[in-house]
Amino acid sequence: MMSKNDGEIRFGNPTELHGTKVQIPYLTTEKNSFKRMDDEDKQETQSPTMSPLASPPSSPPHYQRVSLSHGYSKLRSSAEQMHPAPYEARQPLVQPEGSSSGGPGTKPLRHQASLIRSFSVERELQDNSSYPDEPWRITEEQREYYVNQFRSLQPDPSSFISGSVAKNFFTKSKLSIPELSYIWELSDADCDGALTLPEFCAAFHLIVARKNGYPLPEGLPPTLQPEYLQAAFPKPKWDCQLFDSYSESLPANQQPRDLNRMEKTSVKDMADLPVPTQDVTSDDKQALKSTINEALSKDVSEDPATKSGLLPPPPALPPRPCPSQSEQVSEAELLPQLSRAPSQAAESSPAKKDVPYSQPPSKPIRRKFRPENQATENQEPSTAASGPASAATMKPHPTVQKQSSKQKKAIQTAIRKNKEANAVLARLNSELQQQLKEVHQERIALENQLEQLRPVTVL
Amino acid sequence: MAVCIAVIAKENYPLYIRSTPTENELRFHYMVHTSLDVVDEKISAMGKALVDQRELYLGLLYPTEDYKVYGYVTNSKVKFVMVVDSSNTALRDNEIRSMFRKLHNSYTDVMCNPFYNPGDRIQSSGSVSLSRAFDNMVTSMMIQVC
Repeated sequence: MMSKNDGEIRFGNPTELHGTKVQIPYLTTEKNSFKRMDDEDKQETQSPTMSPLASPPSSPPHYQRVSLSHGYSKLRSSAEQMHPAPYEARQPLVQPEGSSSGGPGTKPLRHQASLIRSFSVERELQDNSSYPDEPWRITEEQREYYVNQFRSLQPDPSSFISGSVAKNFFTKSKLSIPELSYIWELSDADCDGALTLPEFCAAFHLIVARKNGYPLPEGLPPTLQPEYLQAAFPKPKWDCQLFDSYSESLPANQQPRDLNRMEKTSVKDMADLPVPTQDVTSDDKQALKSTINEALSKDVSEDPATKSGLLPPPPALPPRPCPSQSEQVSEAELLPQLSRAPSQAAESSPAKKDVPYSQPPSKPIRRKFRPENQATENQEPSTAASGPASAATMKPHPTVQKQSSKQKKAIQTAIRKNKEANAVLARLNSELQQQLKEVHQERIALENQLEQLRPVTVL
Repeated sequence: MAVCIAVIAKENYPLYIRSTPTENELRFHYMVHTSLDVVDEKISAMGKALVDQRELYLGLLYPTEDYKVYGYVTNSKVKFVMVVDSSNTALRDNEIRSMFRKLHNSYTDVMCNPFYNPGDRIQSSGSVSLSRAFDNMVTSMMIQVC
C-alpha cells in the first residue's frame, strides 16, 4: 500500500482515483461531490467523507510544488482504496515531523522516505513551534486537510460539530470504540459534547497518529491544545490561501481561527466555483472589501461581505481573484464543501483572495496550486450554484453535466443548510443542558445553605 | 475520604463501582446494594413534589458501626453512593456534598463523550480507558486526606 500511495502521491493515477471512488460508497454518502471527483481529480473537497481514511495532503512534499489539491485528491483516492491501511498515506505526514525533529522512534514507513524527507524538510522550515513532541504537531497541509473535513461536516468553521456527527465520522477510521472514546476525551477540552475546529483538528490528528501506530498520549499534547492550534497557524504564511471558505462565519468569529481556516481553505476555495452565497449580506460584502487590503485577520469579518458580493453577480471568475471577489467566494466555498456548501466558502475566498494578492505571495507554490484548484473547482461550483460566470472562466466542462449537477447542487445546498441549522441547534441544546446542570448545582448550593440554617436535616 | 464509590444506573444496576482494595470488596458491593433501597425510599418520599424541588443530595443513607453511606441522585435517576469510614469524623456534610458534585460533573463529562452509550459500564478496557478522567477523579477522591 505504501508504494501505491507513493505512486498516487506523486502523480495520482486517474484511473486509480476513479476506481477508488466506487469502492467506498459509504464515504460518498454525505457528499455528492464524489461524482464530481471523477471529473476533477484535483478536487479536494470531494473526499471529505472519507476524511478518516484519506491521508492528509501533508505527506507528499512535492505536492506543494505540483498542486496541493492534486495531492490531496490523490491521497484521498488512495486512501479510499486501501481500507486496511487508510492512514498509511498519512504516515509521511507523521514521519516528517518525526524525522525532522529526530523524534520519537521513526516509523518504518520509509518507503516514502524520499517524499517524507522533502516534506519534512519543508515542514521543518515552517516549523516554528518549540515543542519537542513532533508527532503531535499539525503541519499546515494537515491542518488544511482537517479544516476541509471539518467544513464538510459543518460548513461554518466557527461553529461546532455535534457529538453524533463526529462519532459517525470518526468511526469510519476503523479505530476501536474505546480508543475513539479516549481520543474524544483528550480532544474535547471543554467537555461539551461538541467539537470546535481546533478540537476537531486535534482529534483528527490523534486518530491519524494512532492509525500510524503511535500510542495515544496520556494527556493532550501542548501542540494539540485548542489555544495553541488557534494561534499556531498565522496567516502570513497563508497569504496565498486566504480564500477561506468562511462565508457564513459570523464577523465575531475569532480571528485567529478564521485565519487558519482561511489559510487552509483559501487555497482550495480560490478554485471554487463562483457559487453565489445565499447568505451573503451587503454589509458583509462591504466589510470584506474594505478589509481586503488589510491583514488577514480581518478576513473573518470580510467573509460575510464577500458573500454578499458574490450573490449579485455571477461574474466570470478569473483564476485570479484579485479583480473579482465573487469568484473567490465561490471558489472558497466549493472547495471544502464539495460543491454543496453555498456562499459561505465563497465569501471567505474572495476576501482572502484579495488579501493574498495585495500582498506578495509568500508561497509561490500555493499560487500555482490555486489555479489548478480554481480550474477544477470552477467546474464544480458552476454546476452547483448555477454560476455561469464560474463556468465560463473555469475549465470547459460539459454543459449537460453542469445542468444536471446544478439541480443536484441546489438540493445539496438546501440539505447543507438544514444540516447546519441542525448542528447549530444541537449545539444550543448541549449548551442549554450545561447551563441547566450549572443551575442545578447552584440550587444544590443554595439548598445546602438552607439546610445549614434549618435545624432539621435531610435524615 | 471514601472507601467505596459506586454509580448506579436508573435500572439499579451498577455502572461503576470501585472500592479500596484492602477491604473485602464484596462487602462494599453488598452495602451499596442494600443502600439502593434507602435511596428509593428517599426518592419516593420527596417525590411527591415535583422533581425540580427534589434535592439531589440525599445525605446519610444509613450508618453502620464501621461505615457511613451517603447517597446522591441525579435528575436522570442515576445514583451515586459513597461509603466512608466512620472513623473519619472530620468529614463534614459539606465536603461530602462537594465530593458528590465533583462526581456528578465527571459523570456528565463522561456522558458528553459521544462514544459512550448511556447504560454502558464506565470502565477501562485494556490500555485505553473509556473514562480516564472519571477514574482519576475517583482515585483522587479515594486517596484524599479527609
